[in-house]
Amino acid sequence: MYQTTYHRASSVDEAASLFSKSSEAKFLAGGQTLLPVMKQRLASPSDVIDLAKIKDMIGVEASGDTLTIKAATPHYDVATSDAAKKAIPALAYLASLIGDPAVRYRGTIGGSLANNDPAADYPAATLALGATVKTNKRSIAADDFFKDLFTTALEDGEIITAVSFPVPQKAGYAKMPHPASRFALTGVFVAQTKSGEIRVAATGASQSGVMRVPAIEAALKANWSPSAIDSVNISASGLLSDIHGSSDYRANLVKVMAQRAVAAAG
Amino acid sequence: MSTVKLTVNGKAVAVDVEDRTLLVHLLRDHLNLTGTHVGCDTSQCGACVVHIDGKAVKSCTMLAGQADGASVTTIEGIAKGDELHPMQAAFRDNHGLQCGYCTPGMIMSAIDIVHRHGGQLDEATVRHELEGNICRCTGYHNIVKAVLDAAGRMKVSQAAE
Repeated sequence: MYQTTYHRASSVDEAASLFSKSSEAKFLAGGQTLLPVMKQRLASPSDVIDLAKIKDMIGVEASGDTLTIKAATPHYDVATSDAAKKAIPALAYLASLIGDPAVRYRGTIGGSLANNDPAADYPAATLALGATVKTNKRSIAADDFFKDLFTTALEDGEIITAVSFPVPQKAGYAKMPHPASRFALTGVFVAQTKSGEIRVAATGASQSGVMRVPAIEAALKANWSPSAIDSVNISASGLLSDIHGSSDYRANLVKVMAQRAVAAAG
Repeated sequence: MSTVKLTVNGKAVAVDVEDRTLLVHLLRDHLNLTGTHVGCDTSQCGACVVHIDGKAVKSCTMLAGQADGASVTTIEGIAKGDELHPMQAAFRDNHGLQCGYCTPGMIMSAIDIVHRHGGQLDEATVRHELEGNICRCTGYHNIVKAVLDAAGRMKVSQAAE
């Protein structure tokens, strides 16, 4: 790892101010992606600004029809949160599948979304549930947040403070994990909103990161059941192809994971 | 350079380290606690697992500065004098180690698993929850046996306390 300067911020404002005073700073949340990348010398921030101890950024709260997860909340806390398990069990389940137990104690939802890894789990739930990403500057709808691989609508120095999930009528998540890293070879989150809209998002599949799957949404709108997806055709064009799976394999996984997710949602 | 203050195995320490220092290197190189191992260095193998405020985390994926103010327990800190921790004893009795390289991380992760699941541990859960710890001798079978054995012993020793 190259030299860097570590700062621990005690508030969001302090973190933003530290960022603006640094030449090339990075925010550090759980560090489960940033630190490995820095160790490989693929990133060399002049400063790292630790957000994980900012009290206002930790916690899970349910209020009315909204579940809010503050950005520095670790995956373990979401997976075991009574509020999350009651409001959106599929989301708590998703958090329980990220990485391994040691990673779940450290990794955070804000870090996952800001990084927007094409095989990360949280982007699928955020997009399928139509969540709102709250930052220190504004609120960003999930539909406008994810731009491309490792690219989001966040501006330089902007900090995710929380994510608000509308509680759906029903939702489910299923993923085929990579056996070593537990990243999604393909994961699909399906949701039926309280107003009856069907939203389906797949992670790990597309070359441009998390994506909606309109063909499956249409099939489920006509008939909410796993068998409704049987006749859907998912094109392999634009899907990831690597040592772990071809684009054809992933196209099939999108269907199979969607079917399992619908079955789980009930 | 920064001074990192933390409690390691019950003892308060202050260590001057470069900001880029990983917690595992603070433990090994500055405190000579070499029981915590560096295996893959890519957050996958779990040989470096220690407890931070009671939670099993990978010390190769944490800056020393992030542990400032925390209480860290390493493999050196779990026995009571000459009396092995029940998890250590179970690993010995069940031949839960071959080369021993992964063992400190396995034991620290396994203690956390037992703490989280209490008496409800079964073989499938242990195998699933050990997914962040890799044994390249592939000695998983006896490791799982040791964790299940220790879960029973830890319940007994907790009840006795």
